[in-house]
Amino acid sequence: MGLLSKKDAKLITDPLADNNPITIQVLGICSALAITAELEASIVMSISVLFVLGVGNVVISLMRNIIPSKIRIIVQLIVVATLVIIVDLVLKAFAYELSKTLSVFVGLIITNCIIMGRFEAFALGNGPWRSFLDGIGNAAGYGVILIIVGFFRELLGSGTLLGIPVLGDPIEKTGLYSIGYENNGFMLLSPMALIVVGIIIWVQRTRNKALVEDH
Amino acid sequence: MSNKTDSNIYTIIFAVAMVVVVGSLLAFAASSLEPTISENKRLEKQQNILYAMGVNENDESSATFISTDKAPQAFSEFIKKQLVIQEGEVTEDDQAYLIDVKKEKSAAKKADYSRRLPLFIGEKEGQTYYIAPIYGKGLWDAIWGYVSMDEDMVIQGAYFDHKGETPGLGANIKQRYFMDDFIGEHLLDTNGNFAGITVSKSNADPTNKDKTDNEVDAIAGATITGDGVSAMIKSDLRLYVPYFKNLKNN
Repeated sequence: MGLLSKKDAKLITDPLADNNPITIQVLGICSALAITAELEASIVMSISVLFVLGVGNVVISLMRNIIPSKIRIIVQLIVVATLVIIVDLVLKAFAYELSKTLSVFVGLIITNCIIMGRFEAFALGNGPWRSFLDGIGNAAGYGVILIIVGFFRELLGSGTLLGIPVLGDPIEKTGLYSIGYENNGFMLLSPMALIVVGIIIWVQRTRNKALVEDH
Repeated sequence: MSNKTDSNIYTIIFAVAMVVVVGSLLAFAASSLEPTISENKRLEKQQNILYAMGVNENDESSATFISTDKAPQAFSEFIKKQLVIQEGEVTEDDQAYLIDVKKEKSAAKKADYSRRLPLFIGEKEGQTYYIAPIYGKGLWDAIWGYVSMDEDMVIQGAYFDHKGETPGLGANIKQRYFMDDFIGEHLLDTNGNFAGITVSKSNADPTNKDKTDNEVDAIAGATITGDGVSAMIKSDLRLYVPYFKNLKNN
């Protein structure tokens, strides 16, 4: 198996599909709605969460034996807030352009329930290496959904991908627009993100019946 | 969890230690990076002002500033004068671009304070540009920009930026397709009175051919941000009207 044991590899692959934080655990929905109108923003957010969750999980895991259980949620919040602020300051000083694109996401990362959820559910009870893998896996699972939603919203809502027009020019009526196609402005509004996530959940559960809850 | 970490004393000591460690870490990071950050902000202001008068590295579709290492030199080359207008008095001040428009705007709410209005006069290829900063609020947070005009208050270029508008919607005010719509628009109506520019959803002019309608086409899904842009143009550029009237009369 090489670098990762089977058990460790599962930490990464599980959240990508059968235990996806968004479609199965329904966490992190708020940020999935807020920033997926564009593919680029989705990708940036995914990378930021990947970094913060990976590092944050390790920090919490290293501190897990000294954190008093009564105030552990506050401690987790402080760790993630400190991490995000320091990264933001360093970017502002040395990569100013990048920091301007990212500043919108800072607040969203701190309050992202996936991050708090993984700290609480995993990092507090596991070693640093496994926590790191778990963080990477969950952030990747979150990112995959974000990127899928962002892809469809930008394509159908604005007719562009990463800001590049792919369906022709809607004003000059070239490409697809010449045969009467119109952008769907609805796709840019938050409710459509929820509907796209809903469709992903539907497709996923149709393909894997084991995920359907019994009532 | 061991019993040790459950006691109240331990909890309090841990909390205090955590606050001290995190607090000093953040304070250290903030104060040691402060000079670099404010230098970045200063250069950005120069880039913004130059962008509005058309000194930039735009290609077909994206908005690109002149690079930071060229900005200070270009700034002193193209910006001929920096003025501060206060109660109708015009003075020159080569630090005028550092005036904090947000602070001026909120201080002006007090009756005994008269706002300092910075105005930058740039020259490029024989044409004179009058560049004014504007500041207002969007949906979530602050929005601001720089507008360059000719002596008839016809817009020659505009740059908008925002602190936290929604990506893909309100954040698109800093996209070329929106900012470029303002070029050539008249701020005055046909009678010569100040009308501003309204970001309109119903101007039936998506290609923006009509430059004298005081309207540009809005961004779908960004109504409140667009209204904020209209509002800051109206409230802030109106203050410069007396200066331009004077300019014409002399």
